[in-house]
Amino acid sequence: MTGMLDLPFLLDVMGRLLAVLPMTLALFILSISLGAVLALTLTWMRVSGIGILDRVARAYVFVFRGSPLLVQMFLIYYGLGQFPAVRHSVAWPVLREPFACAVISLGLCTAAYSAEIFRGALLAVGDREVEAARACGMSGFLLFRRIIFPIALRAALPAYSTEMILMVKSTSLASILTVSEMTGVAQKLIAQTYRTMEIFLCAALIYLAINFVVARLVGLLEYRLSRHSRRAPVLAQVLHE
Amino acid sequence: MTWLTLFGFGEKGWGGLLVIGLLVTVAVTGCALLIGAVFGALAAWAKLSPKIWARVAGDLYTTVFRGVPELLIIFLFYFGGSSALSSLGHLFGREGFIGVPTFLAGALAVGVISGAYQAEVFRAAFRAVNRGEIEAARAVGMPLLLRFRRIIVPQVLRFAIPGLGNVWQLSLKDSALVSVTGLAELMRTAQMGAGSTREYFGFYIAAAALYLVLTALSNRVVDLAEARVGRSFRRRLA
Repeated sequence: MTGMLDLPFLLDVMGRLLAVLPMTLALFILSISLGAVLALTLTWMRVSGIGILDRVARAYVFVFRGSPLLVQMFLIYYGLGQFPAVRHSVAWPVLREPFACAVISLGLCTAAYSAEIFRGALLAVGDREVEAARACGMSGFLLFRRIIFPIALRAALPAYSTEMILMVKSTSLASILTVSEMTGVAQKLIAQTYRTMEIFLCAALIYLAINFVVARLVGLLEYRLSRHSRRAPVLAQVLHE
Repeated sequence: MTWLTLFGFGEKGWGGLLVIGLLVTVAVTGCALLIGAVFGALAAWAKLSPKIWARVAGDLYTTVFRGVPELLIIFLFYFGGSSALSSLGHLFGREGFIGVPTFLAGALAVGVISGAYQAEVFRAAFRAVNRGEIEAARAVGMPLLLRFRRIIVPQVLRFAIPGLGNVWQLSLKDSALVSVTGLAELMRTAQMGAGSTREYFGFYIAAAALYLVLTALSNRVVDLAEARVGRSFRRRLA
């Protein structure tokens, strides 16, 4: 232990961690996309008004939010592979891969959390807006596309950005399925060198940077979408008077 | 082997070990929540402080421990604690690796994470306490600690219960990650059972079911607690 700042070592660690950054980002982007599609389906099931669909979606959310992600991952990766029927099915080339299993379980899990966020946002759409649109003769998909979706999207963004950051952190669990991503590489480096603190700080810095970028991007989108509720620029006010 | 003997409490059954694992999971999470309450209260106090350095320190703590993967934090406490302990042992003439007890490392790691979330819960709850009540307590001459014990804590706890319920659920799930250090909690026990019997699916389904039971039970407890601390308010609303 030197106790001093060992810059060459820190740079070396940074380099090794950044080398697997694409893997962490790929896990994140693929699973959040899969999760969003599933979550929209679940939300639709919850508000469909069809009893059985509503109940299935409720059960899904309860199961996937109530159990640890690690159990879900192991169930998909090790649990499904136990059955010969699965091993001989067309899905096996996918379910055999740790990476694919990690993406699937991350996606299934985030879908449950996101579905609740989307449902809350959908409920936040005011009756007045919907009524006004109906009075103008809008209905069905047009009503959804023009009125409900934009309002709900804006309402969902703050909570959804929190969920996205939780997902950035969750990608670290893929290392337990032997996917070589950042936390796994950090653990290997720690086991080799026993310089826990320095390696932790490097990895933490990268994760915090990713979170910061995600939060800023969503914040930017939210800013763009709430143009109408901002005060007009000073020049416009002057011209108006 | 049928599932009944596999998960039963007989000689070859894993039922007993799974129940012990479940209890260890509850114990780790319980200790973590208590550790987190101390860290969380301190961090909330720092974040509400008028002193800038305290606010910066509080923000740094909550940002880092909410933004970095839980698994990485568990490695930090387990490996970091072990190498600190090993070099301490070296100082006293003991050679080789000394591991931190996995329960301790796990409870501390999950506790510090939970503290970062609890800080936000406490801060929001403190904001919800009526300023006038604190002023009134000050006016009748209560010193700081008495004010804290009689006025602030009871009210903050009442407002914090729903948030603390969420943090408990979060910590419960984080505790499954402590299995990577080898602590025989529910997840690790299920892994051992799955490995030695090759019944992967059955064991992980059993683990998931037991976690769901814990979740459902704790939801119920939080609801009861909320009803209990809110009992002085119900009457007024009715």
